[in-house]
Amino acid sequence: MNFRERLQAWRYNLVPDHIIGEILQKRWTDNAIPFLALVVVVAAFGHAIPGFFGLDALQDSTRQLGEFILVVIGLTVVMLGGGIDLSVGAIFALGAFAAVACFFIFHLPVWVAWLAALGVGMLFGAANGYLVGYLRLRAFLTTLVTLIIGRAVYEILVVNFGVLVQLSDATSETWDFIGDGEALGLSVSMLAALALSVVVHIVLTRSRPGWHLLAVGGSRRSAHNAGIKVRSTVFYSYVFSGACAGSAGFLIAARLSGAGPNTGQGLEILALTASVVGGNSLGGGRGSVVKGLMGAVIVLVMTNGLIRLGYGTGSTQMVLGLLLAAAVTLDIRWLKNRHKVLNEVYVAPVYLALGEAPSALPGSGTPCALNNRLAQAEAIGLGDLEGPEDVILDRDDHLYCGTRHGEIVRFLAPDYTRSEVFAHVGGFPLGLTFDRDGNLLSCVGAMGLYSVSPDRKVTQLTAETRRSLTSIQDDARLRDPNDLDIAPDGKVYFTDSTKRYDAHDWMLDSIENRATGRLLVYDPATGTTRTLLDGYRYTNGVCLSHDGQSVLFCESWACRVHRYWIAGPRAGRVECVIRDMPGYPDNINRASDGSYWMAWLGMRTPAFDLSLRHPAMRKRMARRLPQDEWLFPNINTGGVVKFTDDGQITATWGDLGGESHAMVTSMREHKGYLYIGGILNNRIGRIRIEGADPTWDANTAYWGPRR
Amino acid sequence: MGALNQERIVLLIAVAIFVVAALALPDFLTPGNLIAIVRSISVLGILALGMGVVVIGRGIDLSMVAVMAMSVAWYLHLLNDGMADAAALGLTLAGVVAVGLANGFLVAYAEVPAIFVTLASGSFVFGFVRSQVISQDAVPVPLGHWMMDLGALRPGGIPADVYVFALMALAVWLFLRFTKWGRYVYFAGDNPVAARNAGIPVRPMLLLRYVLSALAAFAAGLLTAASLQSINSRVVNSTLLYDIVMVAVIGGIGLSGGKGGVRNVLIGAALIGLMLNAMTILQIPQLFQNLIKSGVLLAAIVVDGLLNPRDEQTAQQGDI
Repeated sequence: MNFRERLQAWRYNLVPDHIIGEILQKRWTDNAIPFLALVVVVAAFGHAIPGFFGLDALQDSTRQLGEFILVVIGLTVVMLGGGIDLSVGAIFALGAFAAVACFFIFHLPVWVAWLAALGVGMLFGAANGYLVGYLRLRAFLTTLVTLIIGRAVYEILVVNFGVLVQLSDATSETWDFIGDGEALGLSVSMLAALALSVVVHIVLTRSRPGWHLLAVGGSRRSAHNAGIKVRSTVFYSYVFSGACAGSAGFLIAARLSGAGPNTGQGLEILALTASVVGGNSLGGGRGSVVKGLMGAVIVLVMTNGLIRLGYGTGSTQMVLGLLLAAAVTLDIRWLKNRHKVLNEVYVAPVYLALGEAPSALPGSGTPCALNNRLAQAEAIGLGDLEGPEDVILDRDDHLYCGTRHGEIVRFLAPDYTRSEVFAHVGGFPLGLTFDRDGNLLSCVGAMGLYSVSPDRKVTQLTAETRRSLTSIQDDARLRDPNDLDIAPDGKVYFTDSTKRYDAHDWMLDSIENRATGRLLVYDPATGTTRTLLDGYRYTNGVCLSHDGQSVLFCESWACRVHRYWIAGPRAGRVECVIRDMPGYPDNINRASDGSYWMAWLGMRTPAFDLSLRHPAMRKRMARRLPQDEWLFPNINTGGVVKFTDDGQITATWGDLGGESHAMVTSMREHKGYLYIGGILNNRIGRIRIEGADPTWDANTAYWGPRR
Repeated sequence: MGALNQERIVLLIAVAIFVVAALALPDFLTPGNLIAIVRSISVLGILALGMGVVVIGRGIDLSMVAVMAMSVAWYLHLLNDGMADAAALGLTLAGVVAVGLANGFLVAYAEVPAIFVTLASGSFVFGFVRSQVISQDAVPVPLGHWMMDLGALRPGGIPADVYVFALMALAVWLFLRFTKWGRYVYFAGDNPVAARNAGIPVRPMLLLRYVLSALAAFAAGLLTAASLQSINSRVVNSTLLYDIVMVAVIGGIGLSGGKGGVRNVLIGAALIGLMLNAMTILQIPQLFQNLIKSGVLLAAIVVDGLLNPRDEQTAQQGDI
């Protein structure tokens, strides 16, 4: 290794580039910018104004903040549902007036005053909801108009009845407590705001109505087509917003013991700015209560701070305008470009120098030299199949394979011309194996480990393992379960190829070449899954050794086969059996003569081997070129190899023309024949093995004769 | 019933109000009152022309009132400070165009929804000029300035506002009807994606529309200042903005764009003018007038929604 390569190896294998992409995929990164803004704003004003966070000032501003947060939460809920409610200012004012009127004019109890404010708010919200939800008017314009109507009504009321309020002698301790008192060191309005935040957060993230609302906001059309009642969901979001604004109005009425002509003036722009600055997306579906809270604090601290600093009329509007424009622009640009950024930075290649491999050229004389045997295979299900990654036969000689469509297809013995869908699992069934009781177990890509009973009942065995401590992305979930085998004690050993990419993106993993593949074990007795080994480059085929003491598994992008001891004195240890093969290994299965079959999904090429030693080049390629122009591992010439327990390759079959079995991902020996599958193929191949035991089948070899 | 679209309904209502008012209200059908009606809607009509061009192109400009009041306030402030008229006018015009360009840029290139852009820019324009430039709400027109004469000008007994409104209506009509760029406004409003695919410079055209509406707002502001001898920045807090939207929408310019024209603005302006005048003669208090106006606007939007319903399958995500 020369110095340049050593530098590259250090740079790309030690610096965890992949973390950037994984962090960017996290939803909480949306909160980063508003949170930073919050910190800056609070720090700046706290610094500029002495006593800004003093007890008295804080007490007064938290009352105001509590009311404001209530309004912002209501608006946030509406925005999450894809709407907008500009009438909150009018509802707020009307709610305040309703409370004041009940208390001062009609001398009713405080709780009636609150109910009146709430009722007015909900009624107003229901009107908005009916217009926007059921009549499907444009939310912005409609609530703008109801805002004007509401304010006109409010002004008429205040002008005509304001005097009555001022002349009233009604008093109440409860009323004063709500306005001035505090419990647990917090004002009533702040307590109400916090309680509501918690409840709304739980409803939004963990309940059906909340999910429906987010679904409607995320994609109205899809929600409608999925059967969600879009109109009533939208309707109730406005009713809720009205209730929030009405209650906030009650609180300010109690605080100020009255309602003036300026109550709630301009509140809608403040609340809207707060919601958007916090990071809630316009158009819905993306956002949270926490974002609303952050935005509320930012906006209120800024506007109050500017007033305290003595800036004149208009400065608030100026700052709000700037803030709103900046937040909305940032939101739109981020939403539009996030996936582009992710696409650019997600693939983070590492350095790997593969060793010199024995030549696989036909006629080169090495054990790896490809011949043309696979070209002579007869085709089963030609043209009817799409993507038989693995093939397997049962005790009655029926042939099974998974397909791209999430089905397990059965070809009926003896001639395999008739086929049926044995079971529909979903996902992409990859590795297959039979257990002692004749259940067909499958590693289903993107889903997990599944079992199909002989009477076709599909059950999920496991879909997750324990999360590793250093993971950023949740690696508990099995992302790409690939192949499996069962030990005599019933434990299922299986591989999960990569933590970084979904099953269908396995090509991207080959470019990145990061070691994130795992070997796992599922124990049916306890129903638990454990991670045995982690940090291999695309773990793929798994096979129990003939003596049942160890498990053989391969690492596709490193061209190696390893042995993991499960019993005996070396239990728990790993050793490398074959390294630096000329092909990329896939599934491994037992052969009748005491050795093993292994598929090569493709052959190494000097060009791609070289690129593995140039991670910077692959990174540039992933960033700058469209995917169809990338340099990929060669998968146009695969093959089948046979190797012994001590790692000697004894035979290699290929298809040099590449017409029937270019890419081989699996093979299964059964009664003197070899059955061949390929994940991109449109058939299963069948070829006679000369000299093989014509009575040997894997089921008997594993589980003994039929009971 | 197919022939009874929104435009004709509004026209019928306007005619009905006119007939009823002419018969029932003794002072209504006098030349003085009729001129007053037309004059009362000329400023509103000019603003609605600018708004109409933007709305036809599937946008909305909520910053118009702020631009109208604050640009003129700035202009008058510069004059009162002793700046030469040409320089002050040039500077103000540059500022107005800059606001229009900024609106258009954010809408066209940053792809931010027009309502938020213009809401924010309106708030900013008002806040900036009010807090950084002028020190009190109202700015008077300096003595002896041509705007004084403009306000007093009455050729043929009709105020100058009306002529300006008529001329601008004609100009916008010619622009929308007979120029290539005018037709582009309709194409872009009807189907922006198709227009873009057809090779129409959709984004630069967006900029143009917002600049036009800002210029219309400036013109309206000059006329207002001319007739009142001063400009009051508090007009930004009034319901004028909603009146503009109302005039544009109620006459039949669909908010989804691509429809309507100058005729619709004229019909909408006629209805509002007649309504306001009748209400004033009936001595309905200002507070109730606001309520009635907004009620009519709501009815207009509801009717617009019923006549041009939005489809769940084709509605655009985030189109609020």
